[in-house]
Amino acid sequence: MIRTAAWLALGLLVAAPLAIVLGMGFGSVAPGVPPVRWPIGAEGWQGSLEAWSLLFADGYYLDAFLRALRLAALTATLCLVIGFGMALGIASARPERQLLLLALVLLPFWTGFVLRLSAWVGLLRDSGWINTVLLSLGLIEAPLALLYTEGAMLAGMVHGYLPFAVLPLYATLARRDPALEEAAADLGASPFTVFRTVTLPLAAPAAAAAFLLVFIPAAGEVVIPELLGAPDSILIGRAIWAEFFQTRDWPAAAALATALLAVLLLPVALYQRLARR
Amino acid sequence: MRRLFLALGLCFLWAPILLMAAYAFSESRTPYVWGGFSLRWFAALAANERLIEAAWLSLRIAAGSATLATLLGLLLGWVLARHGPFAGRPLFGALAGAPLVLPEVVMGLALLLLFVALQGLLGWPAQRGALTVWLAHSALGMAYVAVLVQARLAALDPRLEEAAADLGASPFAVFRTITLPLIAPSLAAGWGLAFTLSLDDVVLASFVSGPGATTLPVYLFSQLRLGLTPEANALAVVLLGLAGLGLFGLAVILRRGRVETPPSRE
Repeated sequence: MIRTAAWLALGLLVAAPLAIVLGMGFGSVAPGVPPVRWPIGAEGWQGSLEAWSLLFADGYYLDAFLRALRLAALTATLCLVIGFGMALGIASARPERQLLLLALVLLPFWTGFVLRLSAWVGLLRDSGWINTVLLSLGLIEAPLALLYTEGAMLAGMVHGYLPFAVLPLYATLARRDPALEEAAADLGASPFTVFRTVTLPLAAPAAAAAFLLVFIPAAGEVVIPELLGAPDSILIGRAIWAEFFQTRDWPAAAALATALLAVLLLPVALYQRLARR
Repeated sequence: MRRLFLALGLCFLWAPILLMAAYAFSESRTPYVWGGFSLRWFAALAANERLIEAAWLSLRIAAGSATLATLLGLLLGWVLARHGPFAGRPLFGALAGAPLVLPEVVMGLALLLLFVALQGLLGWPAQRGALTVWLAHSALGMAYVAVLVQARLAALDPRLEEAAADLGASPFAVFRTITLPLIAPSLAAGWGLAFTLSLDDVVLASFVSGPGATTLPVYLFSQLRLGLTPEANALAVVLLGLAGLGLFGLAVILRRGRVETPPSRE
């Protein structure tokens, strides 16, 4: 009985929506509300491959995929490097300090996602804080174009996703046995050698998990590129969003979403294996 | 070296937020320009009825979806931890974990299409709005609760429940008096997590909401696309203050809990 109820919840809220997205990729645009013709109607199969052929028609969506995956990989790498350093710093602080430091990492979260992005807009735009300061110091003559660039997107992404990387790394690093590193140091290893041969291998699974935990959501990110990226830098998340909200081509949005899922299947499977250990 | 890294990282996280908070107290109409100390933007915030309405709606949806997510997550976590290997268990696990890894934009589109299909087939939900956002956020939150509940159940000492059953408690009585109190912390954590996720969500709500049901993040997103306002800075100060207070309260409760715990007899 319990299991049936659980299956029902999963079926309705997870499986059915995913199946419908899959199906909608084979629908076609039609005037009306909703603006689509479902692939299966009263007379049976009436689907089309229009949406999928659109996907492969030119390099537009392929570029959107590549751009999104590149930005996600860059974001995840930066989060991993910075997050590793921070997690190590927190884990080596005095025990009674650690909770406070973790709270300092998490607290910016509660200002809200959109407001954090508004802070970046305020910092980076032409009349923003950085340009105002640089201009008044006489370091530059004209405002630098900082907002609506790849760099602005990257800053916003790393800022938003950094805590996702810090938490799993901290959880692993805080549990490690300090005797291992002390033994290596006693045997004459330099601090860097200790880090490279002891600390890093110990934390490798957590590091891989942290990378994927950032990479997967970052690959489909919509809001950050929308607010900080250049209007013409179309990432796949934004492309899905635009097909749905602006072009109102639901089948194209669904086909793109299906393709994104297919691309992410491998990293997701990898993450789930790591998370289970 | 380690401290330096941590300090730099914290600076990166906090600098934009502290700057935003500082300029919330500026008189100037242009955000991020100092025009002397003033509280006018907090007054403007308090007078912004659309924002307050959106915040109130967000809070109600967050509380409601966190509650439903906790119930459903308990159900899923229970089956995952206690039902052993049953037919379809790998599929069950994959579906239960899917909302954790699905990109928001895919999940939003999928849930919207579900609601549209249901409306076409059954006529329900008649329109999209708070109800559909509530369901969408519950679908997201339940996956997080399920993970926490499953982990907690797996770590429980089975002898506690066995002892209660041996002493004649019915399965429901065992659950109510032994299991539920023991997993309560994970349920509370899950509720809080689901509440936070719901309160901060832009993408799902944008997809599945309808006219007349604008949550706070969706409202702020649409405002930010039009341009920055100093009001946003003031709101950030208010939210940061609330979060800080909540965290402080939690720390006080945790500390008191630690003092009251009798020393173990090891």
